[in-house]
Parts: sequence; structure tokens; C-alpha cells
Amino acid sequence: MSEASAPALRVEPVADATPSPLARLFPLLCLVAVVLVISGLAELVPTVAQRRITQGLINLIAVVGLYVFAGNSGVLSFGNVAFMAIGAYVSALLTMPAAAKGVFLPDLPAWLAAAEWPVLGGALAGGGAAALVAAVAGYPLMRLSGISASIATFAILVVAYVVLGNWTSVTGGQNSLMGLPIYVGQWTAAGWAISAITVAFLHQESRSGLLLRASREDEPAAAASGVHIVRHRLAAFVIGAFLSGISGVLLGHFLGTVRVETFYLDLTFLLIAMLVIGGMRSLTGAVAGAVVIALLTELLRQAEVGVTIGGTAIAAPGGLGDAVLALLMLVMILFRPNGLAGGREIEWPRRRPSR
Amino acid sequence: MSEQIVQTLVDAISVGGLYALTALGIGLIFGVMRLINFAHAQLIMAAGYAVLVFSTQSVVLAIAGALAAAVVLALLVERAAFRPLRSADPAMLLIASFAVSFFLEKAMIVVVGSRPKGVDFLPGLARQIEVAGVRLQMLQLVTIAVCLVLLAATTWFLRSTRLGLEMRAAAENFRMAEVLGVRADRVIATAFAISALLAGAVACLFVAQTGLVQPRMGLQLVIIAFVGTVIGGLGSLPGSALGGFLVGAVTILLQALLPPDLRLFREAFLFVAVAAVLVVRPQGLIPAPGMKERI
Repeated sequence: MSEASAPALRVEPVADATPSPLARLFPLLCLVAVVLVISGLAELVPTVAQRRITQGLINLIAVVGLYVFAGNSGVLSFGNVAFMAIGAYVSALLTMPAAAKGVFLPDLPAWLAAAEWPVLGGALAGGGAAALVAAVAGYPLMRLSGISASIATFAILVVAYVVLGNWTSVTGGQNSLMGLPIYVGQWTAAGWAISAITVAFLHQESRSGLLLRASREDEPAAAASGVHIVRHRLAAFVIGAFLSGISGVLLGHFLGTVRVETFYLDLTFLLIAMLVIGGMRSLTGAVAGAVVIALLTELLRQAEVGVTIGGTAIAAPGGLGDAVLALLMLVMILFRPNGLAGGREIEWPRRRPSR
Repeated sequence: MSEQIVQTLVDAISVGGLYALTALGIGLIFGVMRLINFAHAQLIMAAGYAVLVFSTQSVVLAIAGALAAAVVLALLVERAAFRPLRSADPAMLLIASFAVSFFLEKAMIVVVGSRPKGVDFLPGLARQIEVAGVRLQMLQLVTIAVCLVLLAATTWFLRSTRLGLEMRAAAENFRMAEVLGVRADRVIATAFAISALLAGAVACLFVAQTGLVQPRMGLQLVIIAFVGTVIGGLGSLPGSALGGFLVGAVTILLQALLPPDLRLFREAFLFVAVAAVLVVRPQGLIPAPGMKERI
């Protein structure tokens, strides 16, 4: 193993050589606290707002899944929404009541038509299926150079969209799958969000995660130091796909229906905008982006619905929200390329940052 | 039977040509700037709307308007978004162009709505003509002719003019070219203009084929062309054109050759083939000489 003898590459300057365990875990604890506060707030607001918060937490999991690969490797992935779709469909097929499947999908193979898995089993199977697809598809793609790999992940998105949208006997094709058990509320979403953040944090602190971040900073130098970049990229791709798959599962069991149109370019754009605006170089950035953009899109949605002042309704034109979001993303890239978080994690307060 | 084979081949070549022009337009920009230009889709869209506006007046005006709309938009985008980012790394440029592309598409939806609009452009080309006993669609033959002319013109420009030479030098090693007196702004603006002319031509042919314009048009074309540039060899202009041609032509051939119940999955088969090519040749079919990062 050539890596074993390579010196560990430091990505960020560390002021204190041996930080206490609490200081090391501090970013994780802060982010977990943020999720708990958000889902606690959901208890206090009306049902409509509660549902928006749940959906926001599901998006947060998807952004974290995207971050695990794109943030640590520096290679943007356009394929993660495909993994969400795979998770959603696998879990739907395994957990839907057999009677509902008999109505919508009369041509299912017998074992699948009869399957009525518990929801947790369905969720793990959904994430697992997404991870498996990522491992198989990722093998040829991760061998490409960064920018080619990025473009090639588009192929995953298109293939998943085409296959799920046309495999009528199993997925129902262009029709929605309906009758999924609805079990996802804000606490279920929060529980998975905390798990996803923990997995992402442990990955980026692990040896493989650190080596991957080293390759992000300087690919030739990392390769010259014996870092097997393809292997670490693939590992992050698979872990990220699992988390994306889980977020797709949750979305399906939150809405109660699955439609292939949900999982295409618009959602891809939303998640990438969240990650970029928050700052794709840190987990804090991924979470911050998901939270801030969720708030912003909610405000813009209100603007599109309009307000009524003295009998006259004033409403922004439809689609304005998306245009504003795209413009905001562009402005961020031009003036603050490392996003809101600036590429840093939340730091232990007593340590003075040297920068 | 043989008539059908010829018809399928002509169809494959004309669609492949359309993708080759799209991929070449993307490849030109990538060559000089290391920028994957998602907004190429919106250049096609802008040109398509220009056709919609002017097609009631005259065909010449519609084509001129389409080319002008694409070039103006390309130069604007280059000046406003990509010039400030010229020193950014390719990954950041990719994200920026993704944002530009979405912004232009969504802004267009705000202005004109998301409904497709019908446009009757070049209806005379829809008729069939008989060539050596085989009935072919006029539009496909025109598409092939236009693609050949534009590929030849682009090649001539790159090989035989001073700007073309500068552009090739910039594609090989941008900093060295700058040091030797190549003016970066001029070369990049020219690359954008040529890329936009190609996008305008693609838009005219595409609108004549489909008879529709909508804010989303061009995106599917550009995504498939991207994959074409990757298998052709990112950064290599002949590679881009070849890769684009192959993905387009293979899509049509799959449509013709696959059994009917598998036809719906033709993109899936196409991309599995693409993955297979990339396993064997990760640098693409025609690897670009200047792509290896110098340290």
C-alpha cells in the first residue's frame, strides 16, 4: 500500500496541534443542534409551515449527500438527484401495500408485488440500491479527469430519468406511483438529517476523507504523494449516493407519491445552488446553504402568491423565484466564491483563528 | 428495404451533424477558456426566439436575426459573467456557467412564460424529394449540407486566419500564447462569437425540424453534446465534433435497430456505450495535446 508511507497531508492550518475531542467534534455538535432547533421550531408553527420545514430537512439531507462527494473532491456531481430517484422508487416498491401495487402495477414480478417491507428496511434498501448503482457507474467515471467526470455524471441523471420514466411495468412510467406509506414528519426527517450530517462529518475526518480533500487542493501533488485519488473519489461518491438515496426515500414517504419528473434538472439545480451559495468546501456551508435557501425560496414563493393590499392583489410573475436564485448563485460565485461559510467549519470559540 | 436503410443513414447523419455543430461550439469555448458552457443552450434558445419573431417577415431576416441574437447574448454573457472569472479554476467556471444558464432560462420564463410556441419556419423544406430512387426529406439534406459547410468554414478559419492561429495557440497553452502577444480578450470574444454563430445555425435547423420554440429548448441538445465532447476528448476540436457526431448518429441508429419495446431506453444504451468507451479511453477518442496540467 503506497499510501501508508505517505505523510498525512494537512488541508487546513491547525493552530493547536492536539485539539481536545470536544473541540474536534464541535462543528458536528453545532450542526446537530441547528437541526434540533429547526425541528423543535416546527412544533410551534401551523401545519403548512411544518410541512415546509420537513421538506427543507429532506433537501438538507440531499445537499449533505451531494457535499460528501462534490465538497470533498472538488468535482461537482450532476448525478445525485438520480440517486434520490433510485432510493425513492426502490423504497416505494418494497413498502407499498400489495393491494395498491396490484392496482397501479399489475405486471410486477410476483415477489416484488407481494413485498410489504417495514419502512426502515425499505429506506435502507433504497439508500443501498443508490449506493450500488453509484459504485457500478462510478467506476468508469471516477477514472476521468475532474472536469470530464463532472460532465459525465450528467449521463447518470439522464439514464435514470429515461429508464425510470419508461420502465412502465415496474415504475409506472410517466404516471405517479401513489399510496406510499406516509411516515415522514419533521422528527423523522430530523433524525435522518442528524445521521447524514454525522456520516458526512466522520467521512471528512477519516483518513480517506482527508486524502480526498488533499487531492481537491492540489491534485498532482496528492497523486505524487501516493494518494490513490480514484479510490477515494469512488468511496465518497458511494457514501454520498447512499445519503442522496435516503433523502429520495424520505421525499417519497413525505409526499406519499413518486413521480419521475420530480427528480430531474430543477431539483438538481436547487441542490447545487444550495451547496454553492452555502459554500461547497465545508459541511457547515452545505447545511447553511440548505437552511438559508429554504428560507429564501419560501419568501419568494410568498411573493409569487402575492399579497392583497386594499383589494388589489400584487404578485410577482411566476418563475421569478428560480431566476432570483440563479442570479444569487452567480453573484455569490463572482464575489464570494467560497460561499456563506467561506470554506470553514464552525470553530471552537476559545481558539483564535489565525486568519 | 434498402430505401429504408438509406433513409435511416441520412437521418443519422443529419442528427449527428446537428450534435457535431453543438459540440464544436462547446469545444471552442472550452479550448480557449477551460469553460464548459452550459449557457450554449440559451444561445440556441435566444436564436430560436429570434426566428419566432422574424419568421413572419422573411427567411433571410429570421436567419440573420437568429445569428445576431446568439452573438449578442454570447458577448454579453462573456463580458458580464465569464470575464471576471477568467482566472478561476475550471470547476468554478463550470458552476458559474450552470448558474448563468439557469438564470437565462428562468428569466425567459418570467418574460414569455413556459409554454412552447409553434413557429412555421422554412415549411418548403418539409417535402420529400427523390434522389436516385430513394425518397428523402429535403430538410435533412439541407441540414447535412449546412453542417458540412460550417465545419469546413470553422476549420478554414482556425487553420488559415491569424485569429484562428491565435485561437489554436491559446487552446494549447493560454499563458504562453498571451506572453507571445496574443490578446486574450480578443481571442476569447472571437471564440464566443463563433460558438454563438454555430448555436444560431443549430437553432435555425432545430426550429425548422421541430416547429416549436420554448425557454427550455436546447438544454437536452447541449447535455448530449457535452457527453459527446467528453468521449471525443475534452479540449480537442476534431474530438468534439467527432464525439458529437457519434452520440447523435448512434441515437438514431439505436432508434432504428433496437426492438420496439427497448426503443424508449435508447439513451440508456447510448450512455452505457459511452461508459464503455471511457473505460478503454479515459482521455477520449482524440486526446487533446494541451490538457495535461503543467506543474
